[in-house]
Amino acid sequence: MPEYEPVLLRRVGRPNSQSIDTYRADGGYRALEKAVAQLTPEQVVDQVKASGLRGRGGAGFPTGLKWTFLPKNHPGPIYLAVNGDESEPCTFNNRVLLEEDPHQFLEGVILAAYATRAWVAYIYLRYEYGRCYRTLEKAVAEAYAQGLLGRDILGKGFHLDVHLARGAGAYICGEETGLLESLEGKRAWPRVKPPFPAVEGAFRKPTVVNNIETLACVTHIIDRGVDWFKSMGVPPDPKNPRDPGSYGPKLYNISGHVNKPGTVELPLGVTVRELIDKYGGGVWKGRKAKGAIPGGISMGIMTEAEFDTPLDFNGPGKVGCLGLGTGAVTVFDEQTSIADVLYNITRFFSHESCGQCTPCREGTGWMMKMADRIRRGDGRLEDLKILEEIGNAIGIMPGTTICGLADGAGWPVKNAIKKFRPEFESLIRAGTKSTSLQLVSAH
Amino acid sequence: MGFLSEDLKQKILACLPRFPNKQAVTLPALHLVQDELRCVPLEAMREIAAMLDLSPAEVHDTMSFYGFFRDEQHPLGKTRLWMCRSLACSLLGAEELLDHACKKLNVKPGGTSADGKITVEFAECIGGCEGAPCALINDEHRMNLTTEKVEALLAELRQ
Repeated sequence: MPEYEPVLLRRVGRPNSQSIDTYRADGGYRALEKAVAQLTPEQVVDQVKASGLRGRGGAGFPTGLKWTFLPKNHPGPIYLAVNGDESEPCTFNNRVLLEEDPHQFLEGVILAAYATRAWVAYIYLRYEYGRCYRTLEKAVAEAYAQGLLGRDILGKGFHLDVHLARGAGAYICGEETGLLESLEGKRAWPRVKPPFPAVEGAFRKPTVVNNIETLACVTHIIDRGVDWFKSMGVPPDPKNPRDPGSYGPKLYNISGHVNKPGTVELPLGVTVRELIDKYGGGVWKGRKAKGAIPGGISMGIMTEAEFDTPLDFNGPGKVGCLGLGTGAVTVFDEQTSIADVLYNITRFFSHESCGQCTPCREGTGWMMKMADRIRRGDGRLEDLKILEEIGNAIGIMPGTTICGLADGAGWPVKNAIKKFRPEFESLIRAGTKSTSLQLVSAH
Repeated sequence: MGFLSEDLKQKILACLPRFPNKQAVTLPALHLVQDELRCVPLEAMREIAAMLDLSPAEVHDTMSFYGFFRDEQHPLGKTRLWMCRSLACSLLGAEELLDHACKKLNVKPGGTSADGKITVEFAECIGGCEGAPCALINDEHRMNLTTEKVEALLAELRQ
């Protein structure tokens, strides 16, 4: 494969990459000027649909198709809600995009609003991303000053206001309807769907919810064209008639026990092994990997033997993981106890379950307690069976919860036990106490 | 009414035009109050509710959902030091750093140093994994922490 030239990250590290002047000097807002001059909103939707762009936030829903779910000829308002709550553990690609090149994303916001006829865009950012917030606040002000936001944008009679909203440290706000509830000033309890946000979203009005990286891709689809976007990635699986393919560039995060953690942009479909060896500098201390999480911890766990799996929308599912997720790979080496990994993951979900659905609220808590028991050397062999049972019983898929947080909480547990059963059994039989420090009292 | 300063009230009211209803100003209002008072007292919630045509219970419901906001019995210190404990950081020794910081300050996670300067909390993934282990100082990342760097950081924040 020839070296890939980054597009989304092309301006990262350039002097003053955040300013509107350098962005425009690099060809920024050209796509927006082209769209409002030459394309109808419907044509923008059609181009995004034709590109095959799928949401980068985790679920991979086709973006253009999502836009077509808005009611036709709606009197308005229609809202665009941008999901910048990036809270999936081990994920930081949106942070890099916003801190380094906010206008590339903002251009995508304006294009999406033009396409969907949204009058107002709310950009919901997790509170933890303070630098993103301040960078974006400045970028929005610059865009207003240059007539790219506000009334009569570029003199074409199209209006858009952008407002920033900040979260308050809750993972559940990344779930799209949890985000909308939070935006409305309420506790972020996800809504029962349908109605989907496109029909009844923010303030009970039709709303499009899109991820930050997704919108950054929209900018380049309009600028460089559909063919450019489709020239990379993985075409649809001929054996799966429902697979729309995995096209375009993707940001991958690499962290954990690697020599060179960071963010890399590649065409969809790179393997975990390539990411680690070629872009992550290999596993640290000359050790071997024991496994990795493939796209945020919700997606489950891959063993080292599964590292040749391509990270496109379908790849991780072939080895029993939940999906591509956020494309965030975290590696753990052969000396890491799987019991520690499982405990860390279950503790996260137990802390972040929003508490609305009993199976998730209780299930995540019990999974953490059992994982902790195993880690302390007090586990019982039957705990493994109970953990698997809970993992299978909570979530949208079994039909016991309103949102997918529980599916993501159960998946790594199921994967861990299925793929690392011999290690768990020997830890339990020997009563092995983990040597690593974990502050249980801190929960 | 007169618990919240006039300035703070004006800042809260200035958020109203951004949203089609008043309730949506709840989170911005809670942030503004906590930024200034280091907690959200009950009296402040009653005043926010009055400004937004809500029941105080609605404001309290939102406030208490987000573990981020502190009640008046548990105000934040001058700086919130949020130390990540999620997977990427934990694999690189984050738990040890959190433990170390707590011992240095003689507090448990969530507690505030006796001089009121630092509240140390654990955080779930704060999205700084390429610089793990990492922490937030209020809302700014500090990356690649070590025991020495944490000690230096604590000294810096205690000045």
